[in-house]
Amino acid sequence: MSSNREIFLDGLRLNNTGPMALFGVCPLLAVTSSLITGLALGLATTIALVFSNFTVSVVRGRLRPEIRIPAYALIIAAVVTVIQLLMQTWFFDLYQVLGIFVPLIVTNCAIMGRAETFAVRNSPLPSMLDGFATGLGFCLVLVLLGTTRELLGKGTLFSHGELIFGAPGNAWQLAVLPDHYGFSLALLPPGAFMCLGFLMAGRNWLDSCRAGGERPGQAVRLRQHVPLESS
Amino acid sequence: MDIEQAAPKSGAAWRGALTLGLIALLVTALLAGVNQLTRQRIERQQRQAARVQLEQLLPSAQHDNVLQEDSYTFRDIAWFPSGQGITVYRARKNSTPVAAIFRLAATDGYNGDINLLIGITFEGSVTGVRVISHQETPGLGDPIESGTSDWITKFSNRSLHDPELAGWALKRDGGEFDQFTGASITPRAVVRAVRTTLEYFAANRDLVFAQPADSLQNEVTR
Repeated sequence: MSSNREIFLDGLRLNNTGPMALFGVCPLLAVTSSLITGLALGLATTIALVFSNFTVSVVRGRLRPEIRIPAYALIIAAVVTVIQLLMQTWFFDLYQVLGIFVPLIVTNCAIMGRAETFAVRNSPLPSMLDGFATGLGFCLVLVLLGTTRELLGKGTLFSHGELIFGAPGNAWQLAVLPDHYGFSLALLPPGAFMCLGFLMAGRNWLDSCRAGGERPGQAVRLRQHVPLESS
Repeated sequence: MDIEQAAPKSGAAWRGALTLGLIALLVTALLAGVNQLTRQRIERQQRQAARVQLEQLLPSAQHDNVLQEDSYTFRDIAWFPSGQGITVYRARKNSTPVAAIFRLAATDGYNGDINLLIGITFEGSVTGVRVISHQETPGLGDPIESGTSDWITKFSNRSLHDPELAGWALKRDGGEFDQFTGASITPRAVVRAVRTTLEYFAANRDLVFAQPADSLQNEVTR
């Protein structure tokens, strides 16, 4: 079994689900139009991953292969519903903004992916760590997306900080670019896909640099042979 | 492959079904418990959020009744052809009508319903208009939000005679209200909804304040 440090670093880089699992964020793309909403959805996804991994790991001894997938579905849906209820209780304004996108966390295939590839084979603590790290990786992607889109689209950062951090967050909004700046493409769904595309290209480029001077184009071509979902 | 062979033995299948049933049971119990614990607080928050919205249009000092309890929902296809349910909150002081707030949707926007709150005094002038939710194009249609521009505040204190009926349109349609750069469908829908509501109120004012309240129904309207 891999060490805690490896579990954490692999999860953070979203390595263990394969780079294509980045597609797991697709249902959440529409709402990551600002740093704060990206961060909120990222944190909610992380919590969902930690608790679904934990639960699956605890009951893993009783899960026969035939019932594994429906059991994951039940557990993940329950965890996400609890998060939804708690968010309505403590972060009501945030829930008003995120709305339907909170239940959509269920459709993030990486959550079921982690249950099947990690939690069902490991004890509870490493499973929670794996969920936490993978969630943090997603959080990072969503925050990067939100930051890029908010900066390009509205020229601000940290707008609506009060949704997560309460009244003090109200004053955090930074007007990075001058007043009345707006580039709405970045805020629209196509802008989300373009930003995600550039992020993935950037990641591939970084990977290929690390692999030792390969041409970036080569790395992209190699990746096409990776199956869509490794789990 | 033979299907009989591929299927698990019936004993194993039963055990699997039992485990799944057990998980379903536990999960349901968990959800019921969390729901039980959070329900009251969530309902209170929803009511509170609705009250804050209503207060923006009508400060609580101006009336002495609870708006959310003195409200009713109606449909009127002749005036509002979309057939939507419209909620009216009545404000009274010492039982004398002060104002009414309409919660309705402008249905002819660019993308989906634009949900509005429109406050009108008993005399027929607008106390204010607010957008509760909409899905108009970000960056083009969203100046209708009070947080993005002050366009929506331009309705305050206007009435059917200020401007005259022909003036209740966008400037490019010969009226008095500004359109946005690159977007006229969104503001046109809002202007039209406010005008229709003013006309409806002028024609049905006594009925609006005489309707019995059905507060239970609209607590869930969102």
